[in-house]
Amino acid sequence: MLLILSAQASTAFSQDLSAEVQELRKLLGEVQQDYQSRIASLEERLTRAERLASGAKRDAEEAYEIAEQTSIDQSSGLALQNVFNPAIGSVIVARYGNVDQSWETIPGFIPGGEIGPGGSGFSIGETDFNFTSNVDPNFFGNLTLAIENDGGETKIALEEVWIQTTSLPSGFSLIGGRFFSEAGYINKFHRHADDFSDRPLPYQAFFGGQYIADGIQARWIAPAALLIELGAELNWGGGFPATANNKTGPGAVTVFTNIGGDVGNSNSWQLGLSWLSADIVNRDDGNNGDSFSGDSDLGVFDFVWKWAPDGNPTVRSIKVQAEYFRRHEDGVFAGIPYDGDQSGWYLQGVWQFMQRWRAGYRHDVVDADNGPLFAGTILEDLGSSSKRDSLMIDWSLSEFSRLRLQLTNDRVLPVTDQQLFLQYIMSIGAHGAHQF
Amino acid sequence: MKTITAIFMTLLTPLSANALNVFACEPEWGALVKELAGDIAEITVATTAFQDPHKLQARPSLIAAVRRADLLICTGAQLEIGWLPLLLRRSANPHIQVGDPGYFLAADFVRKIEIPKLVDRSQGDIHPQGNPHLHLDPRNIQRIASALAKRLTEIDRSGSSVFESRLNDFQDRWSAAMLRWEEESASLAGLRLVSHHRSFSYLAAWLDLDIVATLEPKPGIPPSGAHLARLLEQLTPNPPAGVIRTPYSNEKPSAWLSERLGIAELQLPYTIGGTDDVVDLFTLFDETIRLLKEHVN
Repeated sequence: MLLILSAQASTAFSQDLSAEVQELRKLLGEVQQDYQSRIASLEERLTRAERLASGAKRDAEEAYEIAEQTSIDQSSGLALQNVFNPAIGSVIVARYGNVDQSWETIPGFIPGGEIGPGGSGFSIGETDFNFTSNVDPNFFGNLTLAIENDGGETKIALEEVWIQTTSLPSGFSLIGGRFFSEAGYINKFHRHADDFSDRPLPYQAFFGGQYIADGIQARWIAPAALLIELGAELNWGGGFPATANNKTGPGAVTVFTNIGGDVGNSNSWQLGLSWLSADIVNRDDGNNGDSFSGDSDLGVFDFVWKWAPDGNPTVRSIKVQAEYFRRHEDGVFAGIPYDGDQSGWYLQGVWQFMQRWRAGYRHDVVDADNGPLFAGTILEDLGSSSKRDSLMIDWSLSEFSRLRLQLTNDRVLPVTDQQLFLQYIMSIGAHGAHQF
Repeated sequence: MKTITAIFMTLLTPLSANALNVFACEPEWGALVKELAGDIAEITVATTAFQDPHKLQARPSLIAAVRRADLLICTGAQLEIGWLPLLLRRSANPHIQVGDPGYFLAADFVRKIEIPKLVDRSQGDIHPQGNPHLHLDPRNIQRIASALAKRLTEIDRSGSSVFESRLNDFQDRWSAAMLRWEEESASLAGLRLVSHHRSFSYLAAWLDLDIVATLEPKPGIPPSGAHLARLLEQLTPNPPAGVIRTPYSNEKPSAWLSERLGIAELQLPYTIGGTDDVVDLFTLFDETIRLLKEHVN
């Protein structure tokens, strides 16, 4: 009985023991497995880390190599050959015209330059190539070539070629070369920057479209809150209205002043006064072989006012400008003593009424008081002034393109002509300057 | 008569000889100079928050101001390409020409983003050096402030201790403010927005905003009806949180799109003076974050 009991107890005990052993084995197995998997994962992480480290090292070496190579490339002659190229920009223009009564002279005026509304049909205009750059710490250089088609022949004209000082003290600067004179407001602008497809009549009559001087210009800006600018130009060239005279002294002298400022944030204005005095030697009338010699004195008063809401022209803006020209000439024309006054003015407004779109109106007039002596010559006094009224509307997707429609009621000749112009003006290359 | 009197008064009033004359192209740089130079600087700012810095003209008052400047500070990266070169030339001021100590371009001191891969005008009025609207990342302001303080010292040695202590003070306050802004704006991360122009790319990069589209089809090309219609179609299935624009952008396109998508339309201050509450660089970011959280989030 006892034996049985003890045997039973011993069986139970050994059963207990083997269960425990089994339990322990199982635990040991689990621990082992756990360790093994942990070691395996650690090993895996280690390999990955090693791989990453070597990858990073390779990346770093590569990056260093690239940086090194880039700096070598950038400092090598090959990459730098062209970096001193000047800023190059070109303006491409063309137009379609519908003109019945074209003119190349304005009654009472000796013509100069290329004036008049031109002919009918499609024509490409003057293509400008402009190059600008600093020359060195003291000088800035500018070159503009105008290429045009003249009767089937391609002509290249040196429109502007000048240098300007950049390091003179006290607000002084000097310009030398061939430059657009500061006389008048729009004279200094290229024609493709105009708001209408042609220059106002006083510019055509008195400047042949644009007065270009060959000589020097000096200007000074006062150290004031307003722009107060004074300047003078000496011109030895023959750009109309001046004539080349082959003398030591200049053939024409201009003095000018510009004053301008802001009114609040929304308005800015500029007022200009200029005086051009020229010694005329054989100004050819381009017609009968007659010519004028004598003194020419021209005064120009110009005013421009610009408005935009808060000074922000993104959507709406207004620009109003007016110029008044008065000239006295005293000398001899076709053997007859001449002493007469001519005058002209224009007033124009351009209204940007929505984004991309602008509309404008211009009235321009010129008038010569030559008296009865010159009947039959180019200076014949027809007793009426020449005038025009023009309406334009233009569209610009960006500041680099412009499409324009212009209607002109032309009364330059004693007949009235309704003219229509369609025009495109596109600029490529260097960004143009936003001149006021 | 009044104008003539005014002209004579300006001519006769001696311009303060001791002050450092500073010409700032944009209000943010005027504000930064004020932080670093305080009363030493007499600052003229060329643009307001309501004027597009791309589109300015070299108007007479600016020529006069550049003429008098000892330091010119602008954004650079061709933001002012249309008018700054002309101002430099017309002003006849030998102290602020390209490369002079008085010529400081903020863009020279920070990394630009959105550098175009294709530099061609068919891509709009692009800037080859990258996006120039870089002041809306306060980390850039930090870097530019240090560079500017150095430059101020170079121009005006007598003020060096003032510039140094003001810089340290500014950087302390700026770092603290940045921490605060980053905390406040944490909830804005991933916010999807449409922007009129790429004016807020740096802000987006800093706050991790997602600018999903611009109203302009190409930079500088005004939004067209066709482009807006396309955007509407594209964005309708998953509308963004709002449309943002600067005070100088045309408000019509963003109003049109936000109304049709039924989402918020928000004019952010963009720079100093953009809203009445934005009087310096600190309030610029305070207000920008507040407005974004209030109206869009």
